[in-house]
Amino acid sequence: MTERPTGEPLVRLSGVNKWYGELHVLQDIDLSIDRGEVVVVIGPSGSGKSTLCRTINRLEAIESGEITIDGQRLPEEGKELARLRADVGMVFQSFNLFAHKTILENVTLGPIKVRKQSKADAEKRARELLDRVGVGHQADKVPAQLSGGQQQRVAIARALAMDPKVMLFDEPTSALDPEMINEVLDVMTSLARDGMTMVVVTHEMGFARRAANRVVFMDAGRIVESAVPETFFTAPSSERAKDFLSKILNH
Amino acid sequence: MQFFTDNFPLLRDAFLTTLGLSLLAGLLALVLGTVLAAMRVSPIPPLRGLATFYVETFRNTPLTVVFFFIIFGLPQIDFVVSFFVGAVVSVGMYTAAFVAEALRSGINAVGPGQAEAARAIGLTFGQSLREIVLPQAFRTVVPPLGNVWIAMVKNTSIAAGFATTELAATLPRLANANAGDILLILLAVVVGYMLITVPSAYGIHRIERRVAILR
Ligand SMILES: Nc1ncnc2c1ncn2[C@@H]1O[C@H](COP(=O)(O)OP(=O)(O)OP(=O)(O)O)[C@@H](O)[C@H]1O
Ligand SMILES: [Mg+2]
Repeated sequence: MTERPTGEPLVRLSGVNKWYGELHVLQDIDLSIDRGEVVVVIGPSGSGKSTLCRTINRLEAIESGEITIDGQRLPEEGKELARLRADVGMVFQSFNLFAHKTILENVTLGPIKVRKQSKADAEKRARELLDRVGVGHQADKVPAQLSGGQQQRVAIARALAMDPKVMLFDEPTSALDPEMINEVLDVMTSLARDGMTMVVVTHEMGFARRAANRVVFMDAGRIVESAVPETFFTAPSSERAKDFLSKILNH
Repeated sequence: MQFFTDNFPLLRDAFLTTLGLSLLAGLLALVLGTVLAAMRVSPIPPLRGLATFYVETFRNTPLTVVFFFIIFGLPQIDFVVSFFVGAVVSVGMYTAAFVAEALRSGINAVGPGQAEAARAIGLTFGQSLREIVLPQAFRTVVPPLGNVWIAMVKNTSIAAGFATTELAATLPRLANANAGDILLILLAVVVGYMLITVPSAYGIHRIERRVAILR
């Protein structure tokens, strides 16, 4: 892969607006994410965090503005869009593992069908990835036989198998029992250390402090504040961020 | 017993006609119904509209009228088919609407997260339908599809009124010639249908248990 000129962000949103009917969910969003950068998105419920995440691989279309990934504008529909999505990994709150396929098949499907790898190559790589996230010995089970934390780690392996340029995480630990949260956060932290570009919607402050380069605070469809974690948590500049932090840190 | 030995060739041929008609129409209905269901969930509005129009038209038209259209209507536009082929097409096209509806409800029962995750790893719409959504939808619709199949086997009897000698068509014919054996004749025809439907019901049950997915 050829390196692009330094300074060009991997993901760039400029002037992005989105409506759900009357509701203006994303308002003039400008956001640039550099290669290897880990951005944590936080904000109150309904502020548009998931929507922001989902516009980056166009699971949601936008009404105006522009989104580019690696300098390429998001295609509208069809094969072009599918190809681009293959480069953007996504991890959902509810895992969304393919219910009728084994763990191994979950991870090899994309590489075989989209990247056109041979079954043998895809399986070899899938087993490596499953080992890396600590569920290698579960390869032949189906998703319902795994715990939530295990399923979410498989979902991360499934996304990694596509060798994505960037990974999106939408509240990856919110559906998990407390004792399983760390096993998932640990995998994510090690990914961040290895230089993966990541956008993570989460309320896990520990993860944000440990792994993020930047925290983006959203409220009512706008990006209100963007700062390094230490600054954001100790000295937020906006009233709304102060208010939000006092609520989540005090309970 | 004399009655059966005398009429065995007729009953056997009629049974085979009903069986062939059912299998061919069932195949047509399955293929066409799957295409229609895919169209109904596609992101392209004209395809959705066309499929909805088809399903609503055929679901709300009596099968006899569909037969009339295929067997007597089509020749008006110089498209002549044999009675048997006309019956296959009529029953198949009619049943496709029900297959499409059953599949659509199955597709809707597959969580939206499944298709979303499929798209997120870069599968195209067609691939995510083929690899993820339809295989799961087929599993949940085995029982309703089974009902559609059994109803369809019985619906093939409409072909009796359109010059195809299937099981039901033997009823008036045998009854005229053997007025004393009406009950036996009825029994023979009913057994003919049950030879198809009872093993089908058993097979459907087996498939249902085999493909059930753990959730
Ligand atoms: N498909 C949809 N149709 C209509 N409104 C929607 C849709 N999805 C989200 N919304 C609305 O858009 C707003 C932003 O939703 P979004 O899910 O992005 O918020 P969020 O910041 O992720 O919240 P949470 O922390 O609860 O997940 C909310 O008011 C939500 O009700
Ligand atoms: Mg959300």
